[in-house]
Amino acid sequence: MTDMSNQSAASRDSASWFLASARDRLAGLLDPGSFVEFLPPSERVRSPHLALFDLPAAFDDGMVVGRGRLDGQGVLAAAQEGQFMGGTFAEVSGAKLIGLLRAARDNPDLPRTVLLLLDSGGVRLQEANAGELAVAEVMRAIIEARSAGVAVIALVGGRAGAFGGAGLTAATCSRIVISEQGRLGVTGPEVIETNQGVEEFDSQDKALVWGVTGGRTRRLIGGSDAYALDTMAGFREAAVSLLGNPSPFDLRTLQAEQDRLAARQQRLGACDSPAALWATLGVPDPGAARDMDDEAFAALAATVKGTDHDAR
Amino acid sequence: MVTITLRYTTRGPASGHAPSAIVGVVASGNLEVLLERALPDTVCAVEIATPVRGYDEVWQAVVADFVERTSPGGLHISINDGGARPDTVALRLMQGIRMMEAGR
Repeated sequence: MTDMSNQSAASRDSASWFLASARDRLAGLLDPGSFVEFLPPSERVRSPHLALFDLPAAFDDGMVVGRGRLDGQGVLAAAQEGQFMGGTFAEVSGAKLIGLLRAARDNPDLPRTVLLLLDSGGVRLQEANAGELAVAEVMRAIIEARSAGVAVIALVGGRAGAFGGAGLTAATCSRIVISEQGRLGVTGPEVIETNQGVEEFDSQDKALVWGVTGGRTRRLIGGSDAYALDTMAGFREAAVSLLGNPSPFDLRTLQAEQDRLAARQQRLGACDSPAALWATLGVPDPGAARDMDDEAFAALAATVKGTDHDAR
Repeated sequence: MVTITLRYTTRGPASGHAPSAIVGVVASGNLEVLLERALPDTVCAVEIATPVRGYDEVWQAVVADFVERTSPGGLHISINDGGARPDTVALRLMQGIRMMEAGR
């Protein structure tokens, strides 16, 4: 029996984050059995708009929110289901996330850490206005929560990446965890190609897409604070490493962030390819670094200057 | 959207003590199944919401087979379908029963 439960714990730890559902990620990330969901599926808090388009709704609207423990510490957590409508921001899913963040802001008795398991291409087109408003309100709620001393940590490694509203949301967080499979940006590759042409950005060129938006480049340019292996244990370890006292969200932090971004623009602005970017950062052999395994890359990233900073 | 409501009398109650469980995701070729222990011991009700029209008989066959195999008495089962194939539906229903037994 003990063997069996050890075995199932081991297989849960090594399960892919990229392939998992939002609920599986929460179960794999948080301490076993600790997650308590707010507005669970049985409450049937669904999108009122999708039926109009003859589309099926989900009982949680693709957003799972609640509280649990990570490494023994209390946390609030929200997970987007990337497979449902692309994990998009919408009226109900947005309201659930905003409610969680505002609760953290207003109640010092609640955990002082919010984990955002982002997996979204942005706003749900069928309820676009409500979705855009939700993104704006989520960003405001994150800033207000951070001002109240709450650490908001984004975890990016799902199939939909974090684009559009999810990319903006990540940019407002205290800290960002990303895996090789994770992608982070504002305008998604397909959208750039549609608007600017295939010469500008070929969204079918996976090496280019990941080279620009993917986890390894984001980690190297300081766009994320921790690099996770694509497993439950990998994300847990990375998230735990970021727990603790968040840097205060004040004018100094914002100025440091502005300086960091200005310096990055100056240093990397002329690079015309991911390889040039990596070479400028001091990666000796960008081709080899792209193909090396995760442990070796994590060690390499630790040696690159500028990946770690107190800004954001 | 099509809504199909099916109701069965079962041999006995579903085993386990979990009050509810959810499996699957509403995605293309997939479905979510919400199981709730909310009915008398020998009644099982299944509500299906699907955008795919004309498959009522297939749903009836798959669900009847599931009820015959597992005797899910007391369960109110709600399905949001994303166009799943019958074998996927059967798999999710069985997963749901296992989760209700596990008491998670």
